[in-house]
Amino acid sequence: MAMATDVPKDSFRLSMLIYDTRYRSYTIQIVVLILFAMAVAWLLNNTVQNLAVRGKQFDYSFLWQRAGYDIGQQLIPYTNDSTHFRALLVGLLNTLVVAFWGCIFATILGVIVGVLRLSNNWLIGRLMTIYVEIFRNVPLLLWILLSYVILSETTPQPRDFRVTDEMAAAGEEPAASMMLFDTVAVTNRGTNVPAPLFDRGLGTLDLGFMTLNLTFWAILAVIAGSIWVNRRILASARAQQEATGDRPVTWWKSILVLFAPTILLLVAMGFHLEIPELRGFNFAGGILVAHSFTALTIALSLYTAAFIAEIVRAGILAISRGQTEAAFALGLRPNRTMSLIILPQALRVIIPPLISQYLNLTKNTSLGIAVSYLDLRGTLGGISLNQTGRELECMLLMMLIYLSISLIISSLMNLYNKSVQLKAR
Amino acid sequence: MSDTHAQTVTFVRDTMLPPAPPPVGERGAVKWMRENLFSTPLNIALTVIGLLAVYALVTAALPWWLNSVWNAGSLSECRQIVAASAGEGATGACWAMIRERWHQFLFGFYPPSQYWRPVLALGLLAAALAPVLFAGQKRNLTIVLGSVAVYLLVTLYLAATPAGAFALSIAVILGMIGLAQVQPGRLLWFTLLYPALCFWLLWGGSIWSPIVVMAGFGLLYGVFRLASPVIGLAPGAAAGILVAVLWWLYLDIPTARALQQALPFGLQSVNSDQFGGFLLAIVIGVTGITFSLPIGILLALGRQSDMLIVKTLSVGFIEFIRGVPLITLLFTASLLLQYFLPPGTTFDIILRVIILVTFFAAAYLAEVIRGGLAALPRGQYEAADALGLDYWRAQRLIILPQALKVSIPAIVSTFIGLFKDTTLVAFVGLMDPLKGVTQIVRADINWKGIYWEPYIFVGAIFFIICFGMSRYSMYLEQKLKTDHR
Repeated sequence: MAMATDVPKDSFRLSMLIYDTRYRSYTIQIVVLILFAMAVAWLLNNTVQNLAVRGKQFDYSFLWQRAGYDIGQQLIPYTNDSTHFRALLVGLLNTLVVAFWGCIFATILGVIVGVLRLSNNWLIGRLMTIYVEIFRNVPLLLWILLSYVILSETTPQPRDFRVTDEMAAAGEEPAASMMLFDTVAVTNRGTNVPAPLFDRGLGTLDLGFMTLNLTFWAILAVIAGSIWVNRRILASARAQQEATGDRPVTWWKSILVLFAPTILLLVAMGFHLEIPELRGFNFAGGILVAHSFTALTIALSLYTAAFIAEIVRAGILAISRGQTEAAFALGLRPNRTMSLIILPQALRVIIPPLISQYLNLTKNTSLGIAVSYLDLRGTLGGISLNQTGRELECMLLMMLIYLSISLIISSLMNLYNKSVQLKAR
Repeated sequence: MSDTHAQTVTFVRDTMLPPAPPPVGERGAVKWMRENLFSTPLNIALTVIGLLAVYALVTAALPWWLNSVWNAGSLSECRQIVAASAGEGATGACWAMIRERWHQFLFGFYPPSQYWRPVLALGLLAAALAPVLFAGQKRNLTIVLGSVAVYLLVTLYLAATPAGAFALSIAVILGMIGLAQVQPGRLLWFTLLYPALCFWLLWGGSIWSPIVVMAGFGLLYGVFRLASPVIGLAPGAAAGILVAVLWWLYLDIPTARALQQALPFGLQSVNSDQFGGFLLAIVIGVTGITFSLPIGILLALGRQSDMLIVKTLSVGFIEFIRGVPLITLLFTASLLLQYFLPPGTTFDIILRVIILVTFFAAAYLAEVIRGGLAALPRGQYEAADALGLDYWRAQRLIILPQALKVSIPAIVSTFIGLFKDTTLVAFVGLMDPLKGVTQIVRADINWKGIYWEPYIFVGAIFFIICFGMSRYSMYLEQKLKTDHR
């Protein structure tokens, strides 16, 4: 009698490679691997041949040659005598700065809209729904182009701000005026905003390969230090609360620690704002923010905020009504219910899709091409590529950089996500 | 006794009172407003802010809208007309620009005498999609096909279609309506034939090239049917694919040429650079959507697979595509593909863009579908195994129907994203409706300085299409809902 455990001891036949589940997965994998290797070899072979036909070499030495073009917005010193690599860095920083401000504005706006969409107020709920649907269902490119066109074609010329002697005598107002207590001027050439200046700055430190702006880093270090001290204060307060049951009053300490050192440092370094002024035919002083930057940031924020609003709304709705009722039954007040019960749970639902929205926003900054914003794609993948004719090198490097940015952002956010995740036993 | 009672009580009610109406504050519009607009101080403040916002918007936009000009030759003429009718300083929309240039927004530089071809292709697209979207629902099918027939009657007449093509298309659509009453399932054959038909209608050229290409698929199926009983399923499929590839590589072009010489029949051919506007967006969008779904499903299954190499390759592909912006992929299509292909090969830029857009959407779809697969309880996989189903049967009958159903909203929003992203083809030199056509119109000396009107027009069409897609996904979700939670 044959037992069920008897395995037929057949000799190995070739057809078992396909029909026997023990071997089939190996067969498939080997076939896939061979096909993949063949495809890669074919592509590489073609590339080598094509490079030879065009008489080009694959090398990145062009990065150290003189770039020879100007970049309007530069966060680190750059002239047209700098190298292509320097241009790449300027472009990368321009990409990151748009992404940074875009993420902040989009999050603030998105959270507000998402919460308001859930409010009992019929009118506000409808208005927010209209906003979300309009922005989600129309291409981002339209919002970028439209905000750029509106900024550059409807804003007044600098001379409209001028008050001539006759106008002053007749008591007439100029055609345009500055905003925010006469500190910000929006003209068709850009937005003039006040510039932070220091009388007694700390100067710069030359490290050979790059220069450090010591004033900037000092402020950053002081702010980071204050935040760290504040966290220690809160931690010790929590420890005392857990030991004795009484929570010491900390709010004045926190305010003092958070703001006093920075203010002291700013005063010590002679901080003041340089306000833009109309001189001759244009505004002088302050910082001129290009419309391409403003338009890109506004459009990206408004567009992404619509998606974030939906995520926030879904996150809050995902927390069941029973949680709120249970919190009320425990005697928690509504705002404590929100901060202790609803938000920590909703955040868990909200954060993963929020990360992918941040990633999308960062990748969408490459649409700056539509308004000639010189970001990474505009410098490395645009002008540098056209000047040197090195499509392959520039495109590969650019893709690699974008890929690294994406992977870094997603891994950072995933770390944060892990810290708020449900700790399952 | 009853007498005494009658004397002590002076009044006894013998009928029920009708219920009193609720107080004024607790009914109708007043109650609704109290609950929905003015329930708390915060709500009152929000309502006031909202009303102010609406008022500001309406006062800004309504006069502009009401003073619209539809007949003018230039922006300055528009402004004169507005000033003459509504007084100096009044603003008014200048829709005359749309009236003059709408054909460019819709078709780009497609030859005007051939406008009936994209129009017909669009109508037949709806007819081809209907059997997929409303599988087996006679009533919905008839409604859709009927509207397509009406649409074709009107638009083909307006687009001055040649009589033969007009009669043939109406006959085809009427035939489909008839078939929908008898055997709605058979309509899928039209859907399968549609890609070749659409290609031929849009690009023109000899009719034999698409027929010969489709014959390759016929050959594949025929060889598979004949060979699989003899040598087994997988080798049969492999043999079919081999024969089809050989056909396409070596016999396709000579056969088409010979047939064209024997029986010349074709349409005026149209180059890819003449495509533009919404025609281009819809061609890229629909093709991308059609091909990205199967590729996305395969990638998702690959990522979930136990086979290490398949899994690694899928993960690598998905993460690479999702990590870079679409623009860089489009530039790859326009700049780098010449390096990766054998020297001397060139192929159509629209086709290259479609391939890259398809890959892009497929990587996003793969992640969405993976979410659906992960949401499925483990028991479903085990039940499929317990029934003795092999991998593909289990996926087709048990796993995918449930996983896809769960991920419908996310799949459709990926599709919407893809359709919106078709505007980015402007950056590789194609004429999309937004940047391509609008830029051309705004560069025209007559319409220099116009900005709200073209963007509102293009935005409205995108909104209608994308919003329609999201509503359809909600309908589908409702229809497929089987749980009773």
